[in-house]
Order: sequence, then structure tokens, then C-alpha cells
Amino acid sequence: MARSQVRQPQKPPIDAWGAGRLGLIFSLLFRYGPPRWSQYVRKHWAGKRLVIGVPFLWLLMFFAVPFVIVLKLSFSEVRLAMPPYAPLIERVSEMAYAVNVNLGNYAFLLSDPLYASSYIYSVKVAAIATFFCLLVGYPMAYAIARSAPTMRSVWLMLIILPFWTSFLLRVYAWVGLLKTDGLINQALGVLGLGPYTMMYTDFAVYIGIVYSYLPFMILPLYSNLEKHDLTLLEASADLGAGPIKSFLRITLPLSFPGIIAGSLLVFIPSVGEYVIPSLLGRSDQLMIGRVLSDEFFANRDWPVASAVSIAMLLLLVVPIVLFQRYQNRELAGARR
Amino acid sequence: MKSQSWFRRLALFFGFAFLYVPILSMIVFSFNNSRLVTVWDADDSPTLKWYRQLLENEQILGAAWLSIKVAAVTATGAVILGTLAGLVLARFGPFRGRTLLSGMTTAPLVMPEVITGLSLLLLFVFLEQLIGWPQGRGFSTIVIAHVTFAMAYVTVVVQSRLATFDDSLEEAALDLGARPAKVFFRITLPLILPAILSGWLLAFTLSWDDLVISQFVAGPGSTTLPMVVFSKVRLGVSPDINALATIMVTIVGLGVLLSAIWMRRQERRLALEMQMAKADK
Repeated sequence: MARSQVRQPQKPPIDAWGAGRLGLIFSLLFRYGPPRWSQYVRKHWAGKRLVIGVPFLWLLMFFAVPFVIVLKLSFSEVRLAMPPYAPLIERVSEMAYAVNVNLGNYAFLLSDPLYASSYIYSVKVAAIATFFCLLVGYPMAYAIARSAPTMRSVWLMLIILPFWTSFLLRVYAWVGLLKTDGLINQALGVLGLGPYTMMYTDFAVYIGIVYSYLPFMILPLYSNLEKHDLTLLEASADLGAGPIKSFLRITLPLSFPGIIAGSLLVFIPSVGEYVIPSLLGRSDQLMIGRVLSDEFFANRDWPVASAVSIAMLLLLVVPIVLFQRYQNRELAGARR
Repeated sequence: MKSQSWFRRLALFFGFAFLYVPILSMIVFSFNNSRLVTVWDADDSPTLKWYRQLLENEQILGAAWLSIKVAAVTATGAVILGTLAGLVLARFGPFRGRTLLSGMTTAPLVMPEVITGLSLLLLFVFLEQLIGWPQGRGFSTIVIAHVTFAMAYVTVVVQSRLATFDDSLEEAALDLGARPAKVFFRITLPLILPAILSGWLLAFTLSWDDLVISQFVAGPGSTTLPMVVFSKVRLGVSPDINALATIMVTIVGLGVLLSAIWMRRQERRLALEMQMAKADK
């Protein structure tokens, strides 16, 4: 490319109309069209490497490298020592090294039905809770997107406000409501119903997940629904379609990207959820996040805990990649 | 259209009832005299005794102070790193490793916390064996872990803010001979200041609120507030936790309200200045 042949001085001349400057402007104009900041940065700025490098190295060190360690450890053997695992490559004597690659942890995951059942259970709970979240969140997002523009920011702030208060305490609030002698059963008792057992059931976990993750469902849905062209609905009404048909044929298909984004934002973290099932859920059937943490803290079996998290990641890799593609498209789309 | 507005009102009413009734019930019962959290003791309520008990609880106060320190340091670090990453992704155009960087900034948003916690703890253990740092785990390991997941949120906030306006102002400044660093501090930074502020608050809250990751990377001597609350709540409901929740909801409510007002004013000023700049032409 011709780009590399044009070597610009590191420091642009102060005189904006100097020959060098003019030459630079012309070369940029003719070569690349109007100059963009990214091109200036690419050419001039020695600090560019630093600006890219600092966040890059941080994430590499504290996000990427740890996964390599987890992967490595998932092939190790457990030992009664601190740290409680055998190194992959071990020095046995002066000249000999032993390589301890062991697939036993994965074989163990496959052989013990506890793990398979808690994986399936976690995916089931997360999927059902995501569906309920969509059921609650969609009408709210729709109502906010179609309300008066001045009110929208107020509604949105009210949606986000609980998110700023403690997640743990919001889950805890449901304990007082769902208990057998809790407020919901007291209210139902006045009507002559109940009492129902709601605590420590799947139902309580669904409630907890829907409640905690509702903003994550509503915000992407809202930002999608708000952009819709309302003249389409007018056109379909003019052509004789009722509001329900117009919704099903126009609004719903158009909002599909929002539905996908919101559902992924709820589903992915729910699969590994730890706090909600610990406080509200069953004790006879654990979710996979709880299994991982028990394996690590209670059994002190770090290699199996690592294998559990690698297996969980494999399960989530498709939804995570889908989410990233959506996120990138969204951020690129906002430019226009 | 008539039936639609009826439907919208219903959706908003039930939606917000669902969101706020649990919080309101916690606030109401924090003034309840009875130990039984859900039975209203009409004779001796309202009372402030749970607030008194909370303020006398050394363990909770100590944990809260540690959490505040961790959250403040985390938020500051996450804002610096997240702003750099957001700037790089939004403005620097293509470069080698861009895909990896954008992947590493979006993945923590959805990564299950147990995995992040476990992998970071293993890293710290590994590092300690290898280079002798960090010696044991505590404040610094919690902060590093929190910065790593909180900066992802800041990056997204800053990046989407940068995407809402084009780089014509920055280009103009560059054309007039300003160096890129000066352009950043004089033009870009003031424009994204609202995003940076909300990023700071977001990172503070995320850190203040985190239980799972802290449980993995905290040492025996460093117990954060969510860890104390979780161990109390696990044993059943306790009224002083209601009092704690009420205090936090009040502070957060006020904070969000004030920052919303401030940001709205900032937006308006910006819009006004833009208009005036256009009128000058």
C-alpha cells in the first residue's frame, strides 16, 4: 500500500499553512477522502501504543490468562497439599520430568449423574425464567416506548433504580414475601386461599431471576421498540388490520433483535447463578454455579471445579458469541 | 388506540408494582418492632431499634467500610481503563488485536460470576507460587478482580457515548494543530464526561454489590459487606438487614436522582452550546 510510503513528521508543524501541512492535507484528501481521527492517530501519535496497550494488557493478564490456568488445572490431579493439585509437568528427578495430563476430571463429570442433572436443571431453570422475564418485560418495554417522550426517561430511571440497590438485598426481600407465613400468603389468607409453599421451590427461583434481571430484558427491548417507524402501524390499520394483527405481523417481527439481546442477557448469567438458588431454591437439586462453588470450597477439589467451569463455558460459548455479535452490531449501528 | 392506552397503563402499573413492592415491604418492616419479620407488631411500631442495632454492629460497620474503600478504588481504576478501552474501540479504527480486545471487553458482561471468581483466584494462587505476589489475598486482590469485570461496563458506556456523536470536532481540533493528547483532554473528555461519571457510579455499585467474585478472591481477614449480609441472610430473615436495605435504598435513590438532574442539565447545556455554535455560522 502507498500508505507506508508517506512518512509524516512525528510533530506536525505549528504553522497550519506551512507547506508540510498543506501537503499533508492534500495527500490525505486525495488518498483517503476526508481525514478521520483514526488516521491521524495511526500516523502521528507515539502514545497510541500506550493507549491501546494498557487496557489490553490488563484484560489479557486478568481475563484471558486465568482461563488458560483453569483449562490447565482441569487436566490436573487433585492432591492433598497447598495448592491442592499436581503440576502438569513435574520434575521427578535430576533428569526426568513426568507429564501428568489427566482426563479423569472430565470422565468423572460424565460418570456421576449429579453433574449432568445439575447442568440440565440449570439450563431448564434459566430458560423458563428467561421466558417469564420476556413475558413481564415486553409489555413494559412496549408501554414505555409508546408513552410520551417526556415520561420515557422517568419510566426508564424507575426501571434502573432497583438495579442500583443491592442485588443480594433485593433477592432477600422475596424471602419475606414468599415464606409460608410471609406477606403473599397472608394476603391470600384474607381472600380465603392458601397457604401455599413457595419458598425453596423452582417457582421462587424463577421469581428471583425475573425480578433481578428484568432491567437487562427491558433496556434492549426498549431501545429496539423506540426506533420503530410508527407509520407502518398506521398503514396496516388503514389496510384494515386490527391492533393485534398489526402487532403480530409488524411490531413483533421488527423487535426480534431486541428479544434476542434481552433474552441472552438474562439467560447466560442465570445459568451460572449462585445467590438466587442459594437463598430461594431447592436444596435437593443444585444449580451448576452452586455445584462449582461447593466443589471448590467444601470439597477443596480444584481440578474438578475447573473441569465444571470449562464444561459450563462450553455450554455457554454459543450464546456468548451470539451476544457479542449483537453487541458489536449495536455499537456500530449507533454510529449512523 | 383507546384500548391500547388502557393496556399500556395496566402493563406499567403491574410492572412497577412487581419491581417496587418487595423493596417497599423491606422498608416498612425495618420499622417493625417484632423479631418476626413478616408479623406487624402494631403496639410498639414504628421503632428505630433495628437501626440502632445495626449501628452498634462492629462487624457490619467494618465490612461496610472495607466495601466502600474497595468500591471507590475499583470505580476509579475501572473508569481509567474502561475509558481507554472505549476510546480505542470507538475511535482508533482497525488495528491488530482489535477483535480480541472487543471480545475481552464484552465477555465479562455476561460471564457467570462463579467462573470469573474461580479463574481469578487460580491466577492469584499461580502468581503467588511463581513470583511471590500477591502474598495472601485481601484488599488488592478484590480490587483487581472487581476492576476487571467493572471496566467492561465502563467500556460499553463510554463506547456507546462516543458512538452518538461523530469525530468532526476532534478532527477540527487536529486540523488546527492540537496534539491528540490535547484533543482528548480538551474536546473528547468534556463530551463524554456524563458517560464517565455514570460509568464511575456503575462500577462503584457493581463492586459494592458483588458477592460471588469477592467470596473467591477475598482472604480470611477481608470480609466485604455482601459477604456478611449473605451469611446472615442464609440463616433466615433478620430485621436489621431490613434496616440496612432501607438505608441503602435511600442513599441510592437520592444519588440517582441528583445525578439524573445533573446529567440532564449537562445535556441541555451541550445542546444549547451546539445550537449557538451553529447560529454563529
